[in-house]
Amino acid sequence: MTAAPAIRPLRATPARREHRMHEGEIERIFRDEAGRVLATLIRLVGDFELAEEALQDAFAAAVEQWTAVPANPRAWLVNVGRNKAIDRIRRQIRLRAKRRYFEAEAIIASQALPPEADEDAFGDDMLRLIFTCCHPALSMETRVALTLRAICGLSTEAVARAFLVNEETMAQRLVRAKRKIRGAGIPYATPSADMLDERLDGVLAVIYLVFSEGYAGTSGAALMREDLAREAIRLGRLLEELLHGRSAIAGLLALMLLHDARRATRASADGDIVLLEDQDRSQWDQAQIADGLALVERALCAPERPSVYTVQAAIAALHARARHHQDTDWPQIVGLYEVLLRLQPSPVVELNHAAAVSMVDGPARALDLIDALTARGDLAGYHLLPSVRANLLNRQGRREEARAAYQEALVLAKLDPERRLIVKRLAELD
Amino acid sequence: MQYLLLIYANEAEADKMRESGHKDMMDAYRSFTQSIIEKGNFKAGDALQRTSNATTVRVRNGKTLTTDGPFAETREQLGGYYLIEAKDLDEATVIAARVPSAKFGSIEVRPIMVYS
Repeated sequence: MTAAPAIRPLRATPARREHRMHEGEIERIFRDEAGRVLATLIRLVGDFELAEEALQDAFAAAVEQWTAVPANPRAWLVNVGRNKAIDRIRRQIRLRAKRRYFEAEAIIASQALPPEADEDAFGDDMLRLIFTCCHPALSMETRVALTLRAICGLSTEAVARAFLVNEETMAQRLVRAKRKIRGAGIPYATPSADMLDERLDGVLAVIYLVFSEGYAGTSGAALMREDLAREAIRLGRLLEELLHGRSAIAGLLALMLLHDARRATRASADGDIVLLEDQDRSQWDQAQIADGLALVERALCAPERPSVYTVQAAIAALHARARHHQDTDWPQIVGLYEVLLRLQPSPVVELNHAAAVSMVDGPARALDLIDALTARGDLAGYHLLPSVRANLLNRQGRREEARAAYQEALVLAKLDPERRLIVKRLAELD
Repeated sequence: MQYLLLIYANEAEADKMRESGHKDMMDAYRSFTQSIIEKGNFKAGDALQRTSNATTVRVRNGKTLTTDGPFAETREQLGGYYLIEAKDLDEATVIAARVPSAKFGSIEVRPIMVYS
């Protein structure tokens, strides 16, 4: 028998099995609250793994005890989790030196418990946890996995499935990450003001990677990819809520919302790619587009230099605004790609820029840009380079050269839908 | 926490630098060391002689084997170290970034193991 908890749960409910809540409802609360409860528990108990165990204990207690959702489930879970952590430390007395136990208990006792309804305290804890999970001392894949597990509350199995590794491999990766956090002294803290922008860039990179994997994932089941895009948007919203006055966050969130608003129209029922010009614009999610447009507007009005996400979102906004493909404001899109090239030079952006130029100045000038890009060899092996070239050649009536370029693209394309699209284009040339 | 900052750099490049701007480098190290002593981060620190003066020792089946040179041939070699006291990894990496050799070599930040 363990000692009585030092602090009673705020709203302890006697365990009456016949009145227990439906597990599905508790599951939903788990998904909504896991990240914040974990974040606060880590601060209170000072250890990532102990806090995770305490979180599991608290949810197990909720399943056992709740007959209705308490007025403040988050505070209930934090209180119970904190007491469970103390119980766990007490149980470990026999295994560890007594000195360490007293130290640990003293730390927990000295940490202020967040007042029941103090949203700010919970928010601060959550922000600390985000910066810890996205710390540059961890590998990028570890940051992504840890963020999905700890902040989004995905199960280890779900995170493993998303990245096509088995559950055991993922579990080991997460354990190693938590050991490094503790062992190497990665702080559980929001970075100081002079480091904040740089570190925020790292957090945004993690969110964008989760979204990209979900949006155009090179692998994995379609359903899981959609979940990842949703989680990335949820993370973006969370960060936007926690950290005010950073236009890059609004820019990234807008970019994700605007791309995701077109999700339903990007593939046919048979899984074929539907290009932007052929998408059924009446099926785009207009509420999400309105949300995205407002965010882009705000990000562009900010005094600081626009982030690469904001510029990309501004391009996506021009596509989203056009009622028909022929209404697209291509001159402004070309201008924005030029801004993007100055902020972050990249051959892929150059390729997109060239495609946009073809819509303003015609295929000849765009072909010059493509030829220069091809000569540099930066995009060798990338199937979209010959694809775009083929499209431009075809628009000039140079069908044989276009055919050769599409055939080159077909050799390079890896994904079935991409290959089917190229085969279709080849057939259209005949 | 205590961290060992391991200073890796290419010895050949370091030699060239020593010939051209030796004094600048020495001055930079002197003022860096002074600053971390004043801030209370400094525990210990030394420069090492070239790896050509290194000897590697192994004991196999009770026999001591001695070979000339470093344990591993690498592009960058261990050329010195600092033992520092820092609040956390963030403070340690900020200090590591100020080690003069970080501009051309690499600084490995290793937390010291604590036995309890």
